[in-house]
Amino acid sequence: MKLLRDTWLMFLRYLMIFLGNPAWVIIGVAQPVLYLLLFAPLLKSLVHIPGFPPGGAYNVFVPGLLIQLGLFGASGVGFGLIAELREGVIERFRVTPCSRLALLLGRALRDILTLLIQSGILLALSVPFGLRPTAAGVLVMLGLVALIGLGMASLAYAAALWLRDENSYAPLVFTLSLPLLLLSGVLLPLQLAPDWLQHIAQANPLSYAVTAARDVFNGNGGSVDVVKGLAIMAALALVGIAVGARRFARAIA
Amino acid sequence: MIHTRALRRVFRGRKSTVEAVAGVDLNVPQGQTFGFLGPNGAGKTTTLRMLATLLPPTSGEAQVAGCDLRREPARVRERIGYVSQEGSSFEDATGRAELVIQGRLYGMSRAEAGRRAGELLQSLELTDCADRKTKTYSGGQKRRLDVGIGLMHLPQLLFLDEPTTGLDPQSRARMWDEVRRLRDAGTTVFLTTHYLEEADALCDRIAIIDHGRIVAEGTPEELKRRVAGDVVVVGTEGSPATTRKLLLEQGFVRELSEEDGTLRLYVDRGETAMPQIIRILDGAGITLTALSLHRPSLDDVFLRQTGRSLRETAA
Repeated sequence: MKLLRDTWLMFLRYLMIFLGNPAWVIIGVAQPVLYLLLFAPLLKSLVHIPGFPPGGAYNVFVPGLLIQLGLFGASGVGFGLIAELREGVIERFRVTPCSRLALLLGRALRDILTLLIQSGILLALSVPFGLRPTAAGVLVMLGLVALIGLGMASLAYAAALWLRDENSYAPLVFTLSLPLLLLSGVLLPLQLAPDWLQHIAQANPLSYAVTAARDVFNGNGGSVDVVKGLAIMAALALVGIAVGARRFARAIA
Repeated sequence: MIHTRALRRVFRGRKSTVEAVAGVDLNVPQGQTFGFLGPNGAGKTTTLRMLATLLPPTSGEAQVAGCDLRREPARVRERIGYVSQEGSSFEDATGRAELVIQGRLYGMSRAEAGRRAGELLQSLELTDCADRKTKTYSGGQKRRLDVGIGLMHLPQLLFLDEPTTGLDPQSRARMWDEVRRLRDAGTTVFLTTHYLEEADALCDRIAIIDHGRIVAEGTPEELKRRVAGDVVVVGTEGSPATTRKLLLEQGFVRELSEEDGTLRLYVDRGETAMPQIIRILDGAGITLTALSLHRPSLDDVFLRQTGRSLRETAA
């Protein structure tokens, strides 16, 4: 009960701060929109290559783009936490009776909300280009983005609490998120990849999210891959929360 | 309000182990303003962070606000307020919002927190900027807001970590008034400071920590009296080493310390010591460049207890 109340209070706090600066939604969505405008057209001539998944260029590309949005959006959240650490805000909360888990969840929920708004914008913008979404597809898609957001944001917060400095946080996050992106099949489907690359990609949890997202967008809502993708993302979220909560609970010397 | 016994904190690094606090015994009576002084790295902030539940002690006992620090940190948190050195408000949040969330985290209803925030904003003279983002605040306004955040839930005990560091003289005077008002209202205040005149002006009792241990404790008057007599400051040409040796041989010099190439002599009677010093140095062919007489200040207490001046160690 206390956890719920504290989480809600923290969520409201970060929501208010975020509403004071809503431009960040647009800035966050700008990058995937650029991919949509300047990269997706390239795929149109590739759809006939053997191995390219069915459904048309946009139905293949946009689901992956949303996963990328989740990954990049969530991995950048640590910057805000580092700023707050420097200003003594986190220490101040740690002296209050506020639940340690709520310190993490309240922020992560705000991050999820941001990601969902951005996903909605991106989906809406994709329709004129030829995206044909289904209600089930959108729902599962948003669920995947929310789970990725929860897991990756929690891990990002853990990294920020560990490093406490933008200059080491930024390279770490970018170095880790690029291979995660390349090995997820977001840009080009992994079906086109050589065997060895596909094997490596199997170790990347995000590749399952991308496969699940594409499946559900192309009418295979109940497929094993969709369930598998959701389950793996839920597991990622739980691991992220466990790691992040541990960091928030530990003494910060 | 605070009782500690052999409170200790050890930091284990990869290569070395540092005993930041090496067994501290403190007794802070209820309703008093208690000053905690020490050079950087003396264990001041580590002690404060332990007492404020931010850092678990390695060993030792502590009662804070009537609760056992190690067994009931959650109950300690309900009773204390803590204002850290770094500040505590977020630059993109408004002052009022920061106060309200703080109150609500202590279980206040929205209305209750709003009312209390309004009271504090008024008494801290922050009403005009209450609904602006804190990044627009002046240093003094920001610091007052920090104190307000620490006071939101009416704690019995308030920890202030260097409340006036970096403030201009006017804001510092305002902050002093604020601390005095807290004392008048019955709140126990535990503050650390680099400024001895601040400790002298505000504190009922003072403890000096150095190398993780309490080296002196008492009222400012007691501590100053302990440095009996007068202080004579002697400056000479060339290395002070010879002068030092020479003066230490004199019976009237009770103690001597060295700071920035000048010597501070602790003597019973400065008026009679000064002519003697002139004569001795002249006889030894040493040229005096400065000679002055002082009443002992807290700085002298500090210098004698730690061998360092607080001013030179101040960040």
